Amino acid sequence: MKINIPHVAKLANLEIREDEELKFESQLSAVLTYIERLNEVDTKGINETSQVTGLENIMREDTTSPSLSQVEALSEAHQTHKGLFAVKGVFENE
Amino acid sequence: MSSMVNLTIKDAREKLDRKEISSVELTKVFLENIKKHNESLNAFLAVTEDEALRNAASADERIANGESTPMLGIPVALKDLFQTKGIRTTAGSKVLENYIAQYDGTVVKKLKAAGAVLLGKTNLDAWAHGSSGENSDFGPTKNPYNTDFVPGGSSSGSPVAVASEMALAASGTDTGGSIRLPASFCNVVGLKPTYGRVSRYGVIAMASSLDSIGHFTKTVEDNAMYLQITAGHDKMDATTPHVEVPNYTKNINTGVKGLRIGVPKEYVIEGLDPKVKDMIEETLKWYEDEGAEIINISLPHTSYAIEVYYIIQTAEVSSNLARYTGIRYGKDRSYFSDEAKRRIMLGTYVLSAGYYDAFYKKAMQVRTLLKNDFEEAFKKIDVMITPASPTLPWKLGAKTDDPLAMYLSDIFTVHANLVGVPGLSVPVGIIDGLPVGMQILGPHFSEAKLFQVGYAYEKAHPIWKERPAL
Repeated sequence: MKINIPHVAKLANLEIREDEELKFESQLSAVLTYIERLNEVDTKGINETSQVTGLENIMREDTTSPSLSQVEALSEAHQTHKGLFAVKGVFENE
Repeated sequence: MSSMVNLTIKDAREKLDRKEISSVELTKVFLENIKKHNESLNAFLAVTEDEALRNAASADERIANGESTPMLGIPVALKDLFQTKGIRTTAGSKVLENYIAQYDGTVVKKLKAAGAVLLGKTNLDAWAHGSSGENSDFGPTKNPYNTDFVPGGSSSGSPVAVASEMALAASGTDTGGSIRLPASFCNVVGLKPTYGRVSRYGVIAMASSLDSIGHFTKTVEDNAMYLQITAGHDKMDATTPHVEVPNYTKNINTGVKGLRIGVPKEYVIEGLDPKVKDMIEETLKWYEDEGAEIINISLPHTSYAIEVYYIIQTAEVSSNLARYTGIRYGKDRSYFSDEAKRRIMLGTYVLSAGYYDAFYKKAMQVRTLLKNDFEEAFKKIDVMITPASPTLPWKLGAKTDDPLAMYLSDIFTVHANLVGVPGLSVPVGIIDGLPVGMQILGPHFSEAKLFQVGYAYEKAHPIWKERPAL
């Protein structure tokens, strides 16, 4: 099984250098070929398990409680602007 | 201070309570050992000496006032995935190289409230991705029993700190074996509790449906004392159920007479080192001689566990690591090293359009079958015993270019994470100068039983006292 590294890297927002593509392709294709063995298992009518201890829909009251201050929350920010996180524009010409 | 060698939490507790030593003296012994051994072993990424001595002094005041709780004044280390307010928290990755945590996780808060003394933050495979400790962006940790060998991972620094007397106990995380495997490689006791038994709040997430928080100690009883502090419901982690936390040391010495121990036939695999196999068989023989019943069982879907694990785990990793954009904290995504990139890409692939059903959905269905296997087995047995690792520790570099070979090291441990059951790794012997551990597995929330089973063996075979020559 072969994996398209440039496509997956784009979806995952990773920059992969061209000289790394071949290495990742062969390593990940080997893993994928291995895990494809799951197709042997008959799973017709079997439910999916995503939570193992049986909990579901844990609810809580929607109330406010003490939290990080604005200064604390921004203390590790790459760039701030007037007490907010500064990010690159999403749309063109911004 | 030679009397401090092989000191357990239990011994230290007694000495502290009798005022034979102070927490400050105790803390200084461990800080001194860190200065002696950390350069060659690379177990700590940060040592918080000033804060440790301050906390030790305040623990001494509490002891002087008559307080005595299990961890009061006990020096511990934390895997560098635990957020510690005001202290650098790296996840072993260059992405968080300069990140100063903005809050304490629940376990850290509980330890602080209980009066434990934080010595520092320990090394790990970056983002907890690895089985050897070699994927750390800050250099590999070395095995104290032979520094040419790996200590196991991903919690690599924590067991090494305990084994080499650089901490009295340490915390780690276990997503596919990251506590049990390194515990077995370093001759210490390691517990992966039931999923949700210990809050994950404030611990950097790897794979959210698998992550468990646990501890490394020299002895089984110490591990029970540690879990007593950290276990329980936390409103900040919705996966921690309202299940009562029992007294973990109360029945620890009740023996194994009449205990039904299951031995799954699927764990005898091609890659199992015959020396490890023999040692586990001898261990089982001992239990039988003590009056336990050994029952051969089958977990038919075991051979698919590693496949299921590397689909679910990478899928969840790709989602959890999506938040590292370098905007709110940390550096940008170009700082991820190869293993994180591999897992993010593999996870992205198995979740992507056209492949979701074939990989992710299929894996979640087989997970149900794995869970059914365990539920069936536990109708006939109380616990299972298996090796913690199919092999002895390997040489540094032996598997670094072959991710698949590295992934297969987890073959005996991933199963417990997929079905959420607890697993305790207990030392059973030393082969060719390298430690071997057994894994004891039980039903959900059976930690007290696991301690009881491990304690019986340890009392008769105090392998843990064979400390490395440093």
